[in-house]
Amino acid sequence: MTLIYYLAAAIAVISTAMVITRTNAVHALLYMIVSLLSLALIFFTLGAPFVAALEVIIYAGAIVVLFVFVIMMLNLGAEATARERQWLQPVAWRGPAILCAILFVEFLVLLVAESGQTGAPAVVGVKRVGAALYGPYVLGVELAAMLLLAGLVGAFHLGRRVPSDGEEGES
Amino acid sequence: MQIVVVLGVLNAPLILAALLIWLERRFLALLQDRYGPNRVGPLGLGIVLADMIKIFTKEDWIPPFADRAVFILAPAVIVVTGLMSVAVIPITETIGVTDLNIGLLFFLAMSSMGVYSVVLAGWASNNKYALLGGLRASAQMVSYEVFMGLSLMGVVLLAGSFSLREIVEAQRDVWFIVPQFLGFAIFFIAGLAETHRLPFDLPEAEAELVAGFHSEYSGMKFGMFFVGEYVGVTVVSAMIVTLFFGGWMGPVLPGIVWFGLKLLFFILVFITLRASLPRPRFDQLMAFGWKVLLPLSLLNLVVTAGVLLLLKT
Repeated sequence: MTLIYYLAAAIAVISTAMVITRTNAVHALLYMIVSLLSLALIFFTLGAPFVAALEVIIYAGAIVVLFVFVIMMLNLGAEATARERQWLQPVAWRGPAILCAILFVEFLVLLVAESGQTGAPAVVGVKRVGAALYGPYVLGVELAAMLLLAGLVGAFHLGRRVPSDGEEGES
Repeated sequence: MQIVVVLGVLNAPLILAALLIWLERRFLALLQDRYGPNRVGPLGLGIVLADMIKIFTKEDWIPPFADRAVFILAPAVIVVTGLMSVAVIPITETIGVTDLNIGLLFFLAMSSMGVYSVVLAGWASNNKYALLGGLRASAQMVSYEVFMGLSLMGVVLLAGSFSLREIVEAQRDVWFIVPQFLGFAIFFIAGLAETHRLPFDLPEAEAELVAGFHSEYSGMKFGMFFVGEYVGVTVVSAMIVTLFFGGWMGPVLPGIVWFGLKLLFFILVFITLRASLPRPRFDQLMAFGWKVLLPLSLLNLVVTAGVLLLLKT
């Protein structure tokens, strides 16, 4: 299980790096799917199969599909790829890369200092996730629901057709 | 022993897919009062072999304007996700690849990953008809996934588990088709849309879009889409049997026979629908989904939960 965990973690890191460095948007999204799938596997190995399934269904299966949908609608051609490549000049990413490297080193130091308390965590089942969501975290769930509702109403407003502007109304 | 089961369960859908090509053509012919393929071998079964030889030896052409890597990846995705879903389906009390405690969610996850196959095929082909097919497919499948998941929550409430084996066990007294008829109807329609079978085959509507997302595909890559579609039909039928019709349960005959018979029945229903229903317009399809199926599936969920709470107290 530990080996699977580290393998999935390595794939997650590599694919996420690929997401950032790809110049073709659809290729980047494909790597993002791989990254999300490896994250799901990490959740699974950590004993959270329910969260792993939700990760695949919601993130990989729905949200990224919408990203792909939008990219397809825009139908970016070769010039977009060339522009992306221009943006990814070493000058642009040198600074952030150095800062990230410092953070990474700090993280490694902390990891080494904290090591010792590993061991197989208990499996968190569907019931426990549900009980936690609708018990101590019910306020968060309600707030998220309101946020989503606001998004829904906004989308409806933007997508609404005004029948009087000469266009054929929705029948 | 387990390895035999795994290989069997892995190969059965592929063999079934090949046989379904024959079955669909003969059964459609029967419904439309013609003969269908009846020349090669007994009952025309040789057509399966002839079709396979044809599809393997055809020129497998990748258009120069296509995105090569994604173009090759797309047809593989649909078959892989289809076969992965088969792994969680309990065939009999003892036969089944894995007994995942989130089996139902795994099936939903795999069916939502299957969307990528069609979408990426449409994008990678770099052809406007393929792109339109891919766009339609992504909108249709993402929408119908929502009701597909929601319609199954009634079953989950009744069984109290996401494990498909436990769901079958919970139907020992009464099949879930009785208390969950609405859920079954919504799942069936959503399953039809997810496998983009006729009447919901708008992503490949040949009257408008040449062949939709797979216009540019030939040879075995086209064959993969074909096989993937039949694997999808088999998986959705198997899920209907598992979730609503008691899986392997039935009197007298052994479990595997009952499972096979029920599976065959629903596959034939899928084919019959193809012969009998016209294709809706795309906006009708989407409006029907969001305006009829979504409220109905939510209602089903609320009423089921309410009744269960009432019975408990």
